[in-house]
Amino acid sequence: MSAPVPLALDRVLELQRQFRFQWEPAQESFVLLYPEGMVKLQGSAGEIMKRIDGERSAERIVADLEATFPGVDLRDDVLQFLEVAHGKGWIRARTG
Amino acid sequence: MEKAGSAREPVSRPLWVNAEITYKCPLHCVFCYNPTDYSRYGPELSTEDWLRVFRQARELGAVQLGISGGEPLMRDDVETMVAESSRLGYYVNLITSGIGLTEKRIAAFKEGGLGQIQLSFQDSTREMNDFLSSTKTFELKSRVAKLIKQYDYPMVLNVVLHRMNIDHIQQILEMAEAMEVDHVELANTQYYSWAMINRDHLLPSREQLVRAEEVTNAFRARVGNRIKVYFVVPDYYANRPKKCMNGWGTTFLNVTSDGLALPCHEARMLPGLTFPNVREHDITWIWNESPGFNAYRGDAWMKEPCRSCPEKENDYGGCRCQAFMLTGDATNADPICDLSPHHGLVTSVVEKAQMPGKPVTAHPLVFRDDANSRRLSGAENKKEEV
Repeated sequence: MSAPVPLALDRVLELQRQFRFQWEPAQESFVLLYPEGMVKLQGSAGEIMKRIDGERSAERIVADLEATFPGVDLRDDVLQFLEVAHGKGWIRARTG
Repeated sequence: MEKAGSAREPVSRPLWVNAEITYKCPLHCVFCYNPTDYSRYGPELSTEDWLRVFRQARELGAVQLGISGGEPLMRDDVETMVAESSRLGYYVNLITSGIGLTEKRIAAFKEGGLGQIQLSFQDSTREMNDFLSSTKTFELKSRVAKLIKQYDYPMVLNVVLHRMNIDHIQQILEMAEAMEVDHVELANTQYYSWAMINRDHLLPSREQLVRAEEVTNAFRARVGNRIKVYFVVPDYYANRPKKCMNGWGTTFLNVTSDGLALPCHEARMLPGLTFPNVREHDITWIWNESPGFNAYRGDAWMKEPCRSCPEKENDYGGCRCQAFMLTGDATNADPICDLSPHHGLVTSVVEKAQMPGKPVTAHPLVFRDDANSRRLSGAENKKEEV
């Protein structure tokens, strides 16, 4: 049901319309809210999702993260997470 | 899981707030779970009261808000509630019959940040919808569904199933598909409040239920991920109780139109408990300290067979209100459980429902309306007198 689904690296990514992403002090975590539910996004998952803003592509997100956390090769992990998030229907490539 | 010496397990935070902002409703559904004596409750909370409740619950960690009723759109301040609660960081769900959902309001809710709309339908046919809700609303609801799509909201279609409409499930699912909804909730009636009074009319036969599940599964296989379908089995056909509200006082906070804070929709019926009013107490005290919310936390209150049951963590003994309604004692095991000595109270009702044709009942269907509510308020101590 939520196998990873590949994403084009140069397409701008955005949240699917039914999700709301925010920092949740009570959970000490980033969360993704959707109708009647919540997913906690800890650590790197939160850092990646924070950058899904309707302006950045997967390529840009990798570059941003590598600039924020220098010296670590994050590329494969980030792309893998994005494909999982895409497969779960959290994010989509923007049209137009 | 108990730690030696700990008086009480730490209290979790509420995640879901359900605001029953009014008990006014243009519909008169025979399975409504609003309290039958709603007509005698005091005045509704003001806008300021509600915004304070939302703010305090949010500070405690609540993330989901249901704006519900009655029909919430009977109030003209829902726009303010949506905008303010969304700004506070809630995912806001509007739970509506669709009556009163004009284009102007739907646009204002969008602007305010409303997350999702849950639209109820009583059936897929005009005749049954209008009969079961005792109104003429089918065409109106269909128009509202189009409007919800037009404004690109995620939409849940909620259909309460029972003996009189469950055989229409194929048409109900086709209607949902035509409406392009995201989710369908096929919620079999649970027997509380008005539905309890009408139980003999509403409980489907096992054969009806099995067929409905088959049709639902075939539909799921055809539409795949396009539409998510939830099928809620009626408690009466289970042999273990549900983990009601995910556990008393663990997740869910219900606030009634007159300000009572409850751990579930129905808890007001339980004798011997006093629940706090949000006009007098703040949500942190209500949630953490009030005797009502602590009454059935953990397992110290349990009796046998729950107390020593290896499955008690799975369901916490089921629903306190169902235990009270059926056995007269809220600390008994929910008699849905076949380990309960009172399970026969459920099976006898289920057996009656297997008889073909129209059920034999003590009284005609009782519609939820003010006159019936006033009558039932008067009869509150005389059980099931209608």
